Amino acid sequence: MFDAARIGYAGSARLRPIELAPWVLALLVYFLAPNYLPLGAYVVIIILFALSLDLILGYGGIVTLGHAAYFGFGAYAAGVFAIRVSGDPLLGLVVAAVAAGLLGFATGAVILRTHGLALLMLTLAIASIVFEIANKWTDVTGGADGLHSVPIQPVLGLFRFDMFGKTAFLYCLIVLAVGWWLVRTIVHSPFGVSLAGTRENDVRMHAIGAPVYWRRLWAYTISATLAGVAGGLLTQTTQFVGLSVLGFERSGELLVMLVLGGVRRIYGAFVGPLVFIVAQDYLAKQSPEYWTLGIGVLLIFIVRFARGGLLGLADRARAKLWGKKG
Amino acid sequence: MLETRALCKSFGALTVADNIEFGLAAGARHALIGPNGAGKTTFINMLTGRLEPTTGTIVLGGEDITRLAQAARVKRGLGRTFQINTLFKDLTVLDNVALGIAERLGVAGRLWRPASAYKTVRDEAMAQLESLGIGGDAAARVVDLPYGKQRLVEIAIALGLKPKVLLLDEPAAGVPSHESERILEVLDRLPAEIAILIIEHDMDLVFRFAQRITVLVQGQVLVEGTPDEIAADRRVHEVYLGEGHGHG
Repeated sequence: MFDAARIGYAGSARLRPIELAPWVLALLVYFLAPNYLPLGAYVVIIILFALSLDLILGYGGIVTLGHAAYFGFGAYAAGVFAIRVSGDPLLGLVVAAVAAGLLGFATGAVILRTHGLALLMLTLAIASIVFEIANKWTDVTGGADGLHSVPIQPVLGLFRFDMFGKTAFLYCLIVLAVGWWLVRTIVHSPFGVSLAGTRENDVRMHAIGAPVYWRRLWAYTISATLAGVAGGLLTQTTQFVGLSVLGFERSGELLVMLVLGGVRRIYGAFVGPLVFIVAQDYLAKQSPEYWTLGIGVLLIFIVRFARGGLLGLADRARAKLWGKKG
Repeated sequence: MLETRALCKSFGALTVADNIEFGLAAGARHALIGPNGAGKTTFINMLTGRLEPTTGTIVLGGEDITRLAQAARVKRGLGRTFQINTLFKDLTVLDNVALGIAERLGVAGRLWRPASAYKTVRDEAMAQLESLGIGGDAAARVVDLPYGKQRLVEIAIALGLKPKVLLLDEPAAGVPSHESERILEVLDRLPAEIAILIIEHDMDLVFRFAQRITVLVQGQVLVEGTPDEIAADRRVHEVYLGEGHGHG
């Protein structure tokens, strides 16, 4: 149901009914739980961010601890553009996408010349550099104060961002749908299989004549672009951008959320952030002081008992129930 | 077809390839043998471009490819298999072969249509697997395959590239003897027009398969000749002293 076995030259890219579940659920939230729309919009944004990571980490095998660099860069690009040029949200998203994509291409060109631990260190280094630039370049970024009251016009000149977060939620949801369609298409494409090949064995990829470096770099660029769009959405829906969009914690948390949901499944990127953020929200209300303990216990449980994340767990449960091979 | 001229490789003071002059004719069945550490794999790695020679040139089909990257050599018809299985373990057997075919057909970087829409790639991969007798395993993941079949996948991937020259690095390495017969059959049925260089320790296999044999010792070509000449050569016996392979 959630597995990746349908990818490849003998696979099937046809949409399965279960894949509509996230969208149905989102619409249910929209109509039945209007109080949760601001939180919902945030979850949707982080899902898009996690999806961008799944493309390179899950499918490409590129482990990074610096993906917030692109999320944050997109967030700032959208913010600066809105303040200085235009408050049109769609134009702002394009700017965020292009900015993060270019940064992804430029930094990826350096990062992807390395592998493993060296690569991980470089992603950290680049995220730190971008963070420090945002921190020090106060004229543009507002430094530690960030950018407040970022103007945002109605979407397409028609749909105002209301105080209940209805427009914001649907806006984010539609952008996520586009991102999801893009990642899903790529993962099923020959490029996607090729990317999986670079993950599985780059020595063999070279031996079949594949441009390994370029495949990885394009995937990285696309991923950075999507991360930038997610960042842009956060700026636009909150009308604020601050240094936290670039912090190490954001990269780390993202990785945790993806692992929680399950990597290399597309929908792990949906389940992880949803569970993580909702649990965070709930636990923080129950116990403002000790909520991180709850998150910690949840993670230990997942890592110890649920390899493959929550969706991996779901797969195994299903296999047990139906007696099918997992 | 494939030629090396005065090929040398040293790592510091250690010379692992010393002035190797080697030629592979079109459609050749050539074996490269030699004791462990003779520099056979180094030689193959220089041919494929994984290692850069210190000096000397490599010529493929009349073109100097010494400075070309691996991928460019593959595009010019140089395929290889690996001594140790170098496969896409978590992918299906079919995808393992299809990846190379897609690369050869220039569609491997396509983004928009699903891979399954590329029927020519899939059909060709399937045909390749069937010709090696492993069509029934197409949907299995490579990790779930027994080792002997994995060795066949190694060969299938290389054949999918439609190479003019194929370098087989110990194709039967690690395969139990009752299964190596299967690999030999596959080797015997390889298309005649492909020039094949095989590195192998199994002398039975070498003498049955090869029409010419080159013996490499300490990075140097000791002797080259037909199997009969090699079997009768005293120097070769000295090198393989005590290894007694029953061929003379």
